Amino acid sequence: MIEVQDVYFKYPSGVEALKGVSLKIQDGEFVAVMGENGAGKTTLVKHFNGLLKPTAGKVLVDGVETTKVSVATLARKVGFVFQNPDHQLFSETVEEEIAFALKNFGFSQDVIEKRVTWALNLLGLTQYRKTSPFMLSGGERKRVALASVLAWDPKILILDEPTIGQDYQQKEKLRQFILQLKAQGKTVVIVTHDVEFVAECNPRVVLMRGGKIVADGEARKILTDPEILEQASIVPPQIAQIFINLADLGFPKDVIDVYGAREILLKAFRRRKT
Amino acid sequence: MAIIETKNLTYTYPGATKPSIKDVSIKIEKGEFVLITGPSGCGKTTLCRCFNGLIPHFYQGELKGEITVAGLRVPERQIYELATHVGMVFQNPENQLFALSVEKDVAFGLENLGIPREEIRKRVDWALKLTGIYELRERTPTELSGGQQQRVAIASVLAMQPEVIVLDEPTSFLDPLGAKRIFEVIYELNRKLGITIVLVEHRLDLTAKYADHIIIMDDGKVVLDGEPHEILSSEEARLIGVGIPKATRLYQILKGDGIKLGGKVPLSSDEMAEMVREALKRL
Amino acid sequence: MSFFDGLRFRRVSSPVHNLDPRIKFVYACVIFVVAILFWELLPLIVLFVMQIPFVIVARVKREWARSMRGATFLASIIFFINFIFSFISSGYVVTLSALEHALSMTLRFVVLVESFSIFFLTTSPDHLGLALEQSHVPYEFCFAFTTAVRFVPVLAEEAQTIIDAQKARGLELEKGNFLKRVRNYIPILIPLIVSAIRRSLELAEAMESRAWGAVKKRTNLYVLKLRRGDYIFILLTIGILAAAILVRLYLRIPRLEEILTGLA
Repeated sequence: MIEVQDVYFKYPSGVEALKGVSLKIQDGEFVAVMGENGAGKTTLVKHFNGLLKPTAGKVLVDGVETTKVSVATLARKVGFVFQNPDHQLFSETVEEEIAFALKNFGFSQDVIEKRVTWALNLLGLTQYRKTSPFMLSGGERKRVALASVLAWDPKILILDEPTIGQDYQQKEKLRQFILQLKAQGKTVVIVTHDVEFVAECNPRVVLMRGGKIVADGEARKILTDPEILEQASIVPPQIAQIFINLADLGFPKDVIDVYGAREILLKAFRRRKT
Repeated sequence: MAIIETKNLTYTYPGATKPSIKDVSIKIEKGEFVLITGPSGCGKTTLCRCFNGLIPHFYQGELKGEITVAGLRVPERQIYELATHVGMVFQNPENQLFALSVEKDVAFGLENLGIPREEIRKRVDWALKLTGIYELRERTPTELSGGQQQRVAIASVLAMQPEVIVLDEPTSFLDPLGAKRIFEVIYELNRKLGITIVLVEHRLDLTAKYADHIIIMDDGKVVLDGEPHEILSSEEARLIGVGIPKATRLYQILKGDGIKLGGKVPLSSDEMAEMVREALKRL
Repeated sequence: MSFFDGLRFRRVSSPVHNLDPRIKFVYACVIFVVAILFWELLPLIVLFVMQIPFVIVARVKREWARSMRGATFLASIIFFINFIFSFISSGYVVTLSALEHALSMTLRFVVLVESFSIFFLTTSPDHLGLALEQSHVPYEFCFAFTTAVRFVPVLAEEAQTIIDAQKARGLELEKGNFLKRVRNYIPILIPLIVSAIRRSLELAEAMESRAWGAVKKRTNLYVLKLRRGDYIFILLTIGILAAAILVRLYLRIPRLEEILTGLA
């Protein structure tokens, strides 16, 4: 469980990126932290594994204050996948890349071997085991970065902008993958401004603006509230836009996915016909 | 008249074993707003690089077939010659701004062309105003948001008064509102000044409504090429894994359920909402 | 990242900032020459104090104080070396003239730092680039200079992100003996270098696309023109140089000893 208690954070440059944030994330939850660039999303999640320590307030991971332990200790529990895979890939082979963290955490050689094989398999990278990560395509590099974190099986996983530059199919695969992790009881936190992706996943949404949380709740509720979204400079997902537009006809407003929309429209058309 | 025309264009990067684009034959008319899309690695960026001569002049490699842009045969011209006809805006805003102030960046191309100073000043101010960043002209790029930086990049190619502006996934690093503003700016350039726009984009949700013409690529080839409503209503587009706008998708699903909302598929949520409204009235 | 913060410039407008950078550079050089002309303490003190009004007019007091503080370490080394040498050469006795000599040498250095820091603190890098360009330095060099300044903060930020990304994978930079610690930096250096190469390719592509190298003689949006303030400032600089030469040639400057005995 992650507990954020009235956290303030100021960068050395003087920019105040968090201004009193409080938040609780239970085990097994799937949370999307949303908001415009510069709203403080990445700053907030960097507190979850201790990369940043609050200027004021407290962050607790499973009851342990992040200021009391090292990043390396916290990282065992909290895996963090950065936005750009090129900011972490450095090994000669994909295999070594994935083993890097395992070595840092002091796993034994045969456990490392097993874990690497498992992670490669999980993300469909087995064929690239001996390939240099630099030879892979952008989407594949992103998967290597993900595998290198999943390899130590952290209980909480943070993904920073996982959909940037990804095409439709890659996003769909990522969505399936996240749902699979969630089914295994992992806590997944994504930082994103991809509304359509969030609309399809329907997680809990934490909406930020100017270093504060402005809304927190089910995606279906938050992504369909034009007023809240306007504040956070987010455009509603397309399906929500349709229903916001049709609100005067008595349709419900809180629809964000295609299949929900279909049900409602089908009913409406059938009712009118009879 | 076609402003960009390719015939059987095939290109292989140096050292690559297979071509990145194969037998591409397309025609882009003057004043069109063209959307090029397709899965990652389908060759859309490679095709764009051919439009202003980065391929073959900068990347070398092997180019076969024909390509003419604004009446110029690309392989026979220098990149700087083509630059006055085709402006390129790249994905990462950070890596296309070199100067320490916005207006100096916008002037960069014009300075390279040796245009007189008074003329540079005029064109820089014009481009800054059109892209809505005139107030930012004395800032440094590091002080700007990604969206603002990308508008500087657009202004700096606009200042060279090209007939075509090619944008390669210009909004993938931006937040939705920043992205929306970029699309509005280029749409305005297209409508008001008649500049031909070639936009490479994954997110059709945000862009399909602006397009006059959509080209879908897969595995180095052009697989679909035509009018947006037609292209997006085709089953193939969905199978290639192109992210069809949700409004379009909903229309298709309802059609499958036997509900017909009108002749043309919608490209935007507004269009879709209007169609539902009309259909309900008719009942 | 405080080191990089120092390289980040802020645009301030003041009469000193608005002066032509070439003239400010000449000024800094003149002050340097004048400082070398004197080895007595008194004129060097005058030289030091004389420049303070510029700092105040330019509103860079805090930055200036920081760079002066930065110079204290080197200044004290200069003082000690000079003092010890004159201590030895005067036969192991502490004389007032040895003290004056060491102090003067130190002050010379401080004046040098002072004048050049005024130059750098009040000249934005783009002005400096422009000054280079219009002093007939090849354009490629000027471009490299401004681009470097442009990307220092970007790279610094990127380095921080890479450090964070590797720390999140359990890398502990401070762990192990010296050799191990050096090796700890490999996972940071490689991504940084790879990304710098990628970045430079993208930059090259963008430059080509904006007609780089189209004509031999580039034009420029800005042209440095001397204005009234610049003429006044250049006259002032010449005045300082002339006065210093005259003083050097025709005036006898009292030594520290004489001043002290005079006071007593």
